[in-house]
Amino acid sequence: MKLKTPNSIRALMVAGCVSLLSATGIAKAADSTQPIVIPIHNWSSQIVMAYVIGGMFEKMGSNVEYVPADTQAVYESIRNGDVTISHEVWQSTFGKSFYNAMAKGGVIDAGTHSATTLEEMGVPTWVIEQDLCPGLPNWEALKDCHENFTTPDSGGKGRWLEGPQSWHGDLMPERLEALGLADKWTVKFAGGADALWTELAAAKKEGRGTIVFNWTPNFTDADGFTFIEFPPYKEGCRIADGGDGTCGSPKGWLKKAANYKFPKTHPAAYTAFSKVDFSTKQIGEMAALVDVAKMDHKDAAAKWLADNESVWMAWTK
Amino acid sequence: MDTLRENKFLQFLVLLAIFIVLCMIIPESEGNPLWRLPPLIQGLPLWIYDKVNFIMFDLWPVNVYDPDIEEYEQVPIMRQITRGLSGFVLFMIELIRELLLGGVKTIVSFTSWDWVTENQWARWPALPWTVVAGGAALLGYALSGWGLALFAGSAFTYIAVFGQWEPSMQTLSFVLIAAPVSVCLGLVFGVLAYKSRLVETILNPLLNIAQIMPHFSYLIPVVVFFGIGDHAGAIATIIFATPPMVRLTLLGLKKVPPEVTEAGLMSGCSSWQLLRRVQIPTARRDILIGVNQVIMQCLAMVVIASLIGAKGLGNYLLTALNSLRIGQALEMGICIVLIAIVLDRLSLAWANKQTDYFADQSFKERHKYLLIFLVIFAVGSVVAFIGSLIFKEGFNYFNLIPHNKGITTENFWQQAVDRMWEKFFYPLKSFNEWFIVDILIPIKNAYLGMPVAATFTLAMGTGFIVGGIRSALIVGGFLLFIALTEWWDRALITAYLMTISVLISGTIGIIIGTLCAQHPLSTRIVLGYCDTFQTFPSFIYLIPVMMLFGVTDTSVVIAIVVYASIPATRYTVEGLRSVPESLHDAGSMSGVNRLQRYLSIELPMSFPHIALGINQTVVFALSMVIIGALIGTDDLGQLILKSLSDAEGVGNGLVLGLCVAFIGLAIDQILRTWANQRKAALGMA
Repeated sequence: MKLKTPNSIRALMVAGCVSLLSATGIAKAADSTQPIVIPIHNWSSQIVMAYVIGGMFEKMGSNVEYVPADTQAVYESIRNGDVTISHEVWQSTFGKSFYNAMAKGGVIDAGTHSATTLEEMGVPTWVIEQDLCPGLPNWEALKDCHENFTTPDSGGKGRWLEGPQSWHGDLMPERLEALGLADKWTVKFAGGADALWTELAAAKKEGRGTIVFNWTPNFTDADGFTFIEFPPYKEGCRIADGGDGTCGSPKGWLKKAANYKFPKTHPAAYTAFSKVDFSTKQIGEMAALVDVAKMDHKDAAAKWLADNESVWMAWTK
Repeated sequence: MDTLRENKFLQFLVLLAIFIVLCMIIPESEGNPLWRLPPLIQGLPLWIYDKVNFIMFDLWPVNVYDPDIEEYEQVPIMRQITRGLSGFVLFMIELIRELLLGGVKTIVSFTSWDWVTENQWARWPALPWTVVAGGAALLGYALSGWGLALFAGSAFTYIAVFGQWEPSMQTLSFVLIAAPVSVCLGLVFGVLAYKSRLVETILNPLLNIAQIMPHFSYLIPVVVFFGIGDHAGAIATIIFATPPMVRLTLLGLKKVPPEVTEAGLMSGCSSWQLLRRVQIPTARRDILIGVNQVIMQCLAMVVIASLIGAKGLGNYLLTALNSLRIGQALEMGICIVLIAIVLDRLSLAWANKQTDYFADQSFKERHKYLLIFLVIFAVGSVVAFIGSLIFKEGFNYFNLIPHNKGITTENFWQQAVDRMWEKFFYPLKSFNEWFIVDILIPIKNAYLGMPVAATFTLAMGTGFIVGGIRSALIVGGFLLFIALTEWWDRALITAYLMTISVLISGTIGIIIGTLCAQHPLSTRIVLGYCDTFQTFPSFIYLIPVMMLFGVTDTSVVIAIVVYASIPATRYTVEGLRSVPESLHDAGSMSGVNRLQRYLSIELPMSFPHIALGINQTVVFALSMVIIGALIGTDDLGQLILKSLSDAEGVGNGLVLGLCVAFIGLAIDQILRTWANQRKAALGMA
């Protein structure tokens, strides 16, 4: 290097570059045209909501892409940037996968819906109407009605049909143990949500008692479903958290997740996404458009967007 | 003592006696290594996870500029490579998809999202379905004749009219990439293995594992390495579909008579010419079975692939099932089967078509199919344009029938399921209770009550009796791996479900196969059924089965049996049909009646085939372990399902998958050795 630039000139050049960069930064404050990738899972409200949020982004001028994804594996994908957002993170079912991915870095919490969720063991309402377990929904009633809930493979005990083990591990068997019900009840892990719905449909046809894991808001709300009232949830009451495990499930949150680059690449869309806030009633409506009115998911989303323009327009501002 | 040395059956009885004694004298206690081995390789999943993590996220980071956030980011080199690869696969899939359905991504690849957003006119239009259906019919005619033309055309028309066009074409576009890639890879590896003994030795165990390992357990590594989306689905499908192609290519090449190869050499073929013009055409029959298997496997993966982001029928099917709309799911299942059969028949016809080297054709004759296609294209486009004038409400039915806007038979199927329930539930209920209480639970308890020492004695002893010390050691090695993980009990439950299912499927398969092999027509029908059920997504019949039998092991066994009976039937039919006609005649002349001929000539002669069929039945049953987990089991399958959400899922999934594969390989070792011995004894090797 023979040619020496005076320090002042170099400083000036650096300053110029910096201001140029920041100027382009301001000029590019508009959202990137890269598509926002929204995951599609396999239940109605989630899919309709995906198209609703996607429709909102499209109205704001963004490109949107939908990709089918597994409910548990999706958080790893958000982390890697293959998927941009997830708009239904259920506390007790996906909380673990969500926080695992967050701990590794790359996923951010994009706010919470006002809908509260409950994921708990419960019975279809006809079980209470037929008085198969007098005293329900109070959990104490379970102490002497297990005969009405036996199956051939339950070894004479009443059966709780819980979701797959990937949802909450050994929570339910531990709870049975802690409540002193383990000699009368046993837990069977179903393979997936459709196994739960099949059990509900089959039990209804046969008119026999059944206790299944379920959640609200859900399409089963329409047919009548009663959750069992266990002792209330307190922070740290579960065995996994060091408690005695006698408590029921908490009123859970429903969160939104996003890839960490999303606020930088699509500032406007991210702001709108962080304002997106669905209530239990709205989620129920969306699910009902598909499950009750038998509409196509995309049509249902279009209808919802048309009917609720004031709601979502507010988020985009 | 000499009789014992001669008589294997007697040896087996002695072994059984030792096994029972061991079961009785070894007490059940956790600390006793004769009861359960200590989980010494418990840490293996975590180790794999660490290594994968290191390779993907830490190894050799390079600075990559990310224009979206205007910052440099450290990206490990491996990730750059896998992302580059998946980008390419995705581009190919999107290209075909957008030729069929229209879209913007291919244009984006050559320009940018910015440009496309500014120029809204730059959209690739969808090909009207009439053109695709017409094109398929034309292809069928060109390759085979009117029959295939009619079939291909009406299959595509069915798909369109029933409103499954979009998802079907999405599925088709990803199969059209996955299947040819699998076929090519299979051919290449098959040829390499044929040329080099070393490659064959290395490939063989890998193929075994890839074939038996449940597809679920490599979904997670695929997601980690390649992300989610159609490309990931395609890559998982390729891993699943390639092994049979390699196998059958190798088998076919090995069967090429040396005379044929020598004739080729004498005519002065180069090595490549010899392969391309002599050996592969001679091995055509087996290679074609390979192509058939690739297509079947690809479409069997459609639903599983949708779990990691493949768009199309699989995804819609799972959604429909989740709200118990069996009718809808069934319609989509039929579309999957139709696509499978159309592709299979077209590829068969293409491969069977002889090139006419001596034809002297004019331009018009040589290009007549292209010209006809252009006419179809023009007519279809005009019809689609007219359609856009007729249908004002936004859907142009002559261009693209939107999803679920076609005819539907959903209600019919739904009612059929309801009626089936009404009719069969109560009669089946008592059977179900008997089956669970008197058969399943005792067997399950018996399996769980086996001390590990006894299990090893039985398995290795059987290996020894059948194949000597080598087989015994191989079987023992596979079992040892499983016993040293913490999942031995789970593996026992998997083994129990598998044993029962294989016994039932084997019996069903051999009986049906025998009955159907008696007449050419029934043979064709049953092989058609085999093709259908192999591609028909098992998820669909899970729900009716669960309605009837509940979330119980009975449902799991039934689901496995439906699928695992396929190879047992197929191989029985093929085995019986491969018995030479002259042997039948020789038997008849010696005065045997039909039953005697079957029992003492046909059955022993086709035993090696049937043994391989049972071997495949085991493989199919094990691959259904995951589907069983979707009903609800407490075996290895459930843990594989769970590993999708585990933080260290990669390691868990792979090790669990290996456990399942090793059960299969241990059985494979015994059955294959036995079959080969019988073959040698019958002079067929």
